[in-house]
Amino acid sequence: MKMVKISFLIISILFIWFAQNYIDPYALSILNNIAIFAILALSYNLINGVTGQFSLEPNGFVAIGAYITALFLISADTKVDMFALEDPAPIILAMSLDFLPALLVSGVVAAFVAFILSVPVFRVRGDYLAIVTLGFGFIIKILAINNPKYTNGAMGLNDIPEFSNLYWTGGIMILTMLAMLNIIYSKFGRAMKAIRDDEDAATAMGINTFWIKTYAFMTSAFFEGVGGGLLAALLTTISPDQFTFLLTFQLLIIIVLGGLGSMTGTMVGTILVIGGMEWLRFLDENMTIFGYETGAHPGMRMVVFAILLIIMMLFARKGIFQDKELTEIFKKGSK
Amino acid sequence: MDFSTFMQQMVNGISLGSMYALIAIGYTMVYGVLRLINFAHGDIMMVGAFVAYLANSAGVPFEISVVIAILAAMLTGILTDKIAYKPLRDAPKISLLITAIGISFFLENLFNVLFGGVPRAFAAPEYLTKILHLGSIVIPVTVIIVPVVTGLLLGITLLILNKTKYGMAIRSLAFDIPTVKLMGINADFIIMLVFAMGSALAAIGGIFYAISYPSIDPLMGILVGLKAFAAAVVGGIGSVTGAVLGGFILGFTEIVVVAFMPELGGYKDAFAFVFLILVLLFRPTGIMGQDLERSRF
Repeated sequence: MKMVKISFLIISILFIWFAQNYIDPYALSILNNIAIFAILALSYNLINGVTGQFSLEPNGFVAIGAYITALFLISADTKVDMFALEDPAPIILAMSLDFLPALLVSGVVAAFVAFILSVPVFRVRGDYLAIVTLGFGFIIKILAINNPKYTNGAMGLNDIPEFSNLYWTGGIMILTMLAMLNIIYSKFGRAMKAIRDDEDAATAMGINTFWIKTYAFMTSAFFEGVGGGLLAALLTTISPDQFTFLLTFQLLIIIVLGGLGSMTGTMVGTILVIGGMEWLRFLDENMTIFGYETGAHPGMRMVVFAILLIIMMLFARKGIFQDKELTEIFKKGSK
Repeated sequence: MDFSTFMQQMVNGISLGSMYALIAIGYTMVYGVLRLINFAHGDIMMVGAFVAYLANSAGVPFEISVVIAILAAMLTGILTDKIAYKPLRDAPKISLLITAIGISFFLENLFNVLFGGVPRAFAAPEYLTKILHLGSIVIPVTVIIVPVVTGLLLGITLLILNKTKYGMAIRSLAFDIPTVKLMGINADFIIMLVFAMGSALAAIGGIFYAISYPSIDPLMGILVGLKAFAAAVVGGIGSVTGAVLGGFILGFTEIVVVAFMPELGGYKDAFAFVFLILVLLFRPTGIMGQDLERSRF
């Protein structure tokens, strides 16, 4: 198995090098998108699929990561020019770091917020987590709009230096993948799966379910924060409206399609969903069907994806890879 | 802040609270029976308000378009249950939650595609938009009508739940679905009834909301729905009276805090979640709830 993993690693590194140097910018932007969404979806799958705690928060953590990284990267002079509603607070002007430390700080802050959030939500089981985390996404957006001193309010931040390229996004994607696989096959990962399958039994086996859930939540938040930072440095402009529930919804489709609890499935799901989004772009535009003009319909793609999600849940609840990894499926075949 | 302003804010709070209460009843009833957060409930409210608007602008008299809207919302609720929830009754709850989100997203985007995302002005007949002058207090007539109608509907709902055969069936479903089926009760029909009742109340709440804040758009259901859910949890999920109480508490807080501390105005949409988190921290069963696993109406 080790050989398979190492060869996968070498092939993906070669592919990243090749793509960064020889592929046209449009395809490259899609690949960057896929890499960032893969980071987000992999970490989202850890809490939703592996631990079985249904949460809806990625847009909040991605927003935190994106804002913090952006504020670290933009120079003080640019900030003074950009903040139109109120003058930036001194601490905002003082923030300045290189790309990698900025990403790490974003992740750590997101993980810390996750830690605070876990205290109320893991006191009760089940669906409360969903609704509180959904509300958390709203609160982050409201905070970003109402604190122009720190975030430039609804106008958002622009002129973020474009640090992200496929080496960064693809590299961190591979790291995330390795981290997730390591967690899944560790003591913690088995505890997480035990909680998913039967929380009472897990408690009876001596697993501290609260800490395991918090640990999964924080790990997930860390990578979502880092992914948010990458996104900010890729798009070069962010605003509170970018981090709505739509983002979480896309990630949810990805992990459901790939299979809740399967990291390799999530990779496949990301490629299918993000590629599909590009491919279905024509649905949002004006079409002529039998000589009848349909007019532009922004949102048509989302209707299609919503139907896809419902059909998936009704007929193929387990997704493409169920909750197994690609390597495990191969192993079964060779037996 | 003089007395008349104070009274005015009080009345506004009661009115907003009534709307949250109407929508919260639907959440609490579905949760009581199926243990499911019906994420699509806020969007069913949106469907109600939208159908009323569309029928009204097509020339149908306002009163009849309200009836059409209520029927449309009931149909949407029942279809949601039949298509998306019923096949998954025995599936893990996480699957149900995901389909609920799928339905919610589907309704929002479908209406967005069909009617556009631009907010539309909701035209109500004159007797609902009149402004009353009671001494020095100036209040729109809706803030009186809304609480009265809400009280009436709450009375009817409680009457149905506590005094009729169907109400008894609904209450028994909240305890144990398989046993209820063994007693010869058509559980699926009763669940359909729950969805129909909740959706009708949500449609009325949505129409009130559209009259008071006279504009509607396809995404209006998200935030109002979330707040109403928070209200249901604050009051104790599973309890109809609790849901109404929670709705009033939330409506009051929102109006009063904004009136007395205007600098917090931008945060008014966040109160509901702060409340929700506080309740989860200190009394997860809410005000009226007894036991999360065994809620009763």
